[in-house]
Amino acid sequence: MMKENRLKFTIIAILIGLVIGAIILLAVGYNPLEAYGIMIAGVFGSPKYISWTIIKSTPLILTGISVAFAFKTGLFNIGAEGQFIIGALVATLAGYFLHLPPVLHAIVALLLACLAAALWGGFAGFLKSKFGVNEVITTIMLNWIAFYLSNFLVYWDKFKRPNSEASQKILSSASIAFPKEFGSSLGSFFNAPVNFGFIIAILVAFLIKYVLNDTTLGYELRAVGFNKDAAEYGGINVKKNTITAMMIAGAISGLAGAVHVLGVTNEISILSAMEGNGFDGMAVSLIGGNSPIGCIFAGLLFGALKYGGYKIQPIMGAPSEIINIVIGIIVFFIAMPKMIEGLTTIRSRRKRGGEVERSK
Amino acid sequence: MYAAPLIYTALGGVMTENSGVVNIGLEGMMTIGAFIGATVGYYSGNPWLAFLCAGLAGGVLALLHAVACVTFSADQVVSGIAMNFLGPGLSLFLSRVFFEGATMTKPIPLDQKMPRPLNGVFAQNSFLDLVFNQYATVYLAFLLVFIVWYILYKTKIGLRIRAVGEHPRAADTLGIDVYKVKYLAVILSGVFAGFGGAAMSLAAVSNFRATLISGQGFIALAAMIFGKWTPQGSMWACLLFGVAQGLVVYLGGTNIKVSSQLLAMIPYVLTLIILMSFVGKVTGPAANGVPYEKNKE
Repeated sequence: MMKENRLKFTIIAILIGLVIGAIILLAVGYNPLEAYGIMIAGVFGSPKYISWTIIKSTPLILTGISVAFAFKTGLFNIGAEGQFIIGALVATLAGYFLHLPPVLHAIVALLLACLAAALWGGFAGFLKSKFGVNEVITTIMLNWIAFYLSNFLVYWDKFKRPNSEASQKILSSASIAFPKEFGSSLGSFFNAPVNFGFIIAILVAFLIKYVLNDTTLGYELRAVGFNKDAAEYGGINVKKNTITAMMIAGAISGLAGAVHVLGVTNEISILSAMEGNGFDGMAVSLIGGNSPIGCIFAGLLFGALKYGGYKIQPIMGAPSEIINIVIGIIVFFIAMPKMIEGLTTIRSRRKRGGEVERSK
Repeated sequence: MYAAPLIYTALGGVMTENSGVVNIGLEGMMTIGAFIGATVGYYSGNPWLAFLCAGLAGGVLALLHAVACVTFSADQVVSGIAMNFLGPGLSLFLSRVFFEGATMTKPIPLDQKMPRPLNGVFAQNSFLDLVFNQYATVYLAFLLVFIVWYILYKTKIGLRIRAVGEHPRAADTLGIDVYKVKYLAVILSGVFAGFGGAAMSLAAVSNFRATLISGQGFIALAAMIFGKWTPQGSMWACLLFGVAQGLVVYLGGTNIKVSSQLLAMIPYVLTLIILMSFVGKVTGPAANGVPYEKNKE
């Protein structure tokens, strides 16, 4: 019942977001139907668009799972952004400097990226359990340190591609893109850099769901998230679990960064501002009701909104930032199920009232 | 000085969190303040009007946050995240509408920026001139620290705000309108964050662009926690950030060969070290982040 309600609230929130977005578009003189039409066509209009949407969604699904996982264990992982950067950085380094046979190379790069990001996230967990420093501040600091560390390394002579604002490209043996021969038979779906990332993301979602619900570790982590003191009393080592939880959350965000590099960009660029993959992950996690499986759908929705949204700018000149507004409104309403509940009960009461009137 | 925008925003954080409402949406409120400040400044040519409008814009966004958090006992972190999407989203959207599709506002002419009240008092480029010849918003920031401190600790309304943040039910029993106090504190936090944004776009630089705020609201939030939820503590924390940033700019201008990227890390690394060694367990107001419902037992 709870779950059903939550899904209902989420859908209502999404609808409210789209409606208010339409009103705003209308207010500044654009036709909202046209805008949404372009978005839908931009996402479903051709197989290539669909595959781009999936590609765009993949890192968001993973950072979403990372944030959701931390939420379940009572931690707030603002650090997904930094862990993403570390994952992307390490994956690129491993992809460029290591020389290994094809499949193995990609796996090693992914694992190294996860490990580095796990340590990065785990450090925030360590600071929390050892020094009692709030993970919100430490992860914000770590985000910026990761940001500048990544830029620092991209500027390094041996790693920077001459005459560019980016690093060297990873070797093809580290790529996780689908092989080209495989794609040609399936048509234009593969005209985008389709890769194994999406499959990895789905596997991770189920793995995390399994860990959280069906293992001792998951039970302990959730217990800590639910009531720290009770968990401690019950003999659970809260400090150790805090570190473990942040490490796992870090690894998932790092994986997001690695998948993005090995599957799509093949390089990292000099960052001028935070790219927002981690912050978007927070929204994905919330829309997905903090459940790993929910994150898959929320990530796809988010990816579709973003990818489709960018198309309204060139075609009809309406600002594509409307998407951020819509997402903001969706999250805003998800934050207050009480209000949506209020709205629906008023409506059903009115309906009932109406029936009474009529029966008189 | 680089600390002023942070100080405004951190003071906003002090206000709202002392009343028991977490506001991680400060970033978004700062962004919209920066945008509205730059836009009104460009069209009106009056920096003070722009500054006020920026505060107003931040306040309006904060009002939404207050409605969600206070009236509908929403998850405050979630609503804050929503603010962080709405603030920049609205800013860039409106920027494209007002400035022919650009995500950058047109620069404000130099003579219409925030005035420097002490300009010309000291010899040019002397030490005193460099330190004290600041934009008016900088002085105002320090004044506001004092005002917020005075309000919080020396007036009835400040006592009420803190009471509501510590133990809302007890405050309620004493006849304090918990909701009203919370609304006031949250809206003020948005106003201050809006000022903070405008202190960026009207003084530190002279226009708004997409990357102008990027993360400063979060740093202000960190500074506030670092300053143990007090106005004066937050001010010192912001100054520390400001000094570290100033150092980066200063060292970048000298002949010392250090990577600017590594230098830029200094403030953040410093904060981590300080947090580890000095602060220890920081505890905020007892009822911070907990929605208060009047009729719930």
